[in-house]
Amino acid sequence: MSLLENLYREIVLDHYRHPRHYGPLEGAERFPGQNPSCGDHLVLYLDRQGDGPLRLAFEAEGCAISQASASLMADLLTGTSADRAAELARAFIATLHGGSVPEELGDLAAFSTLAQLPARIPCALLPWTTLLSALSPDRPAADPAAP
Amino acid sequence: MAIKRDFPVFSERPGLVYLDSAASSQKPSVVLEALDDFYRRHYANVHRGIYQLSEEATRAYEGARAQVAAFFGAGAADLVFTRNATEAINLVGRTWGDLLEPGDQILVTVMEHHSNLIPWQQLAGRKGASIVWADIDDQGRLDLEGIARLLEAGGVRLVAVTQMSNVLGTVNPISWIAEQAHRAGALLLVDGAQSAAHLPLNLASLGADFFAFSGHKLGGPSGIGGLIARPGLLEEMPPFLGGGEMIREVWLDRATFADPPQRFEAGTPAIAEAVALARAVTYLDTLGIAELWKAERQLTERLLDGLDALGLPCFGPRGEDRAGVASFNLPGIHAHDLASFLDLRGIAVRAGHHCAQPLMRRLGQAATARASLFAYSDAADVDALLSALAEAKAFFA
Repeated sequence: MSLLENLYREIVLDHYRHPRHYGPLEGAERFPGQNPSCGDHLVLYLDRQGDGPLRLAFEAEGCAISQASASLMADLLTGTSADRAAELARAFIATLHGGSVPEELGDLAAFSTLAQLPARIPCALLPWTTLLSALSPDRPAADPAAP
Repeated sequence: MAIKRDFPVFSERPGLVYLDSAASSQKPSVVLEALDDFYRRHYANVHRGIYQLSEEATRAYEGARAQVAAFFGAGAADLVFTRNATEAINLVGRTWGDLLEPGDQILVTVMEHHSNLIPWQQLAGRKGASIVWADIDDQGRLDLEGIARLLEAGGVRLVAVTQMSNVLGTVNPISWIAEQAHRAGALLLVDGAQSAAHLPLNLASLGADFFAFSGHKLGGPSGIGGLIARPGLLEEMPPFLGGGEMIREVWLDRATFADPPQRFEAGTPAIAEAVALARAVTYLDTLGIAELWKAERQLTERLLDGLDALGLPCFGPRGEDRAGVASFNLPGIHAHDLASFLDLRGIAVRAGHHCAQPLMRRLGQAATARASLFAYSDAADVDALLSALAEAKAFFA
């Protein structure tokens, strides 16, 4: 079985079918993201609790890779600081482009196998780029229609 | 198998199962040789030089125009070379379209590729015209009564419809639509991007006023395609892009324009590509388009039967009006994940919205996987896909 099939079997399909932190998050801001080339959509719910630990959730329509990536991201980053979250996001993005794979990424480390499948990298990136733009100081105003 | 030998990619990449010909076709060696030979022995710019080489290049380019036009049953003077079908459709929108008045209607269908939709939305926006659209039925055939009704209302100036859906594989009854459109005083533009590579075509009897096609789906190079117009129609149309080649006489503040087709071919055209496209259509002629269509129909049945047997939901009609395009899904998994699984086995299929988002919405699908056939496709390709899909079904279960 190939590395990619292993990734699906061990991690991706589980998170695709049983996503963690799925659904609207009360008191959170809402950040939409999309991949125009494939039509994947995602809504990231982010509550920064002032400058406290982050709360995250998401809703998405798309492939298993993007959904699993979002589910694992929400899992990993819930409870971290905004700065730490941005640091981990940059580390994860680097692994997709062939960079070293830090242990702190947990199950997300296995996504580094996508470096050999460039067509699927945007799928894995979508939740993370949405997060980084949500955390960025010059981000556009969040969608006010938070639940 | 015999036809596959004419396409070098299949010996260069043994094991390749290429089922994405609706996106673009592979190239036969005669086309590659025609490109090489033209650049080695006959290349110069066209319609300019007094010298022999330029004379040769011009003769080859205009000879290619005559051959490609004849392949579609048209005359050379009625074929404008463009980059692709998209540019051909935009050309009509930007030239003939200038004659539209506010309140005029453009009739499209829900199965159109974005390339036969966006140019009309843009035109409607510029001219204050509006888009009206026809639906499909549950089998994926056009709602012909709907088309008749929209035409009877009297406001439609142009019907823009695909001859063959790139998602459903539906072959539309163009002659019937042409008759209805003309009776209502509208013109008919046919998007032939898919059909040109598959159906025996005779534009003289088809009834289309405009026919747009791409060379790269016919075994020709990328960067060349064309617009074929009903005889006389190009004469009435203002120029498209401005520049060299398309003029008669130029002053600093004004110009007069060349006759068609040069009027619509500003700048140095894709010369070698036109010559190679002509080689591609003579190659298809040698194989026999009617024979190829018969073989494609059989192979399509094998593919659709196989998908049915696997219990995969598949879109589009069954019957003689169905080309070798199959869009399907594996329930419970996204089309991109399925396409990656197939890619690992050397099987190339398209996955996504296929540049037909309104149709995907109509079908209630975010995405589908799509397998599509061309002259070189054979039973081994179809069987390889079906057996990999059986594996995928077990893997993703």
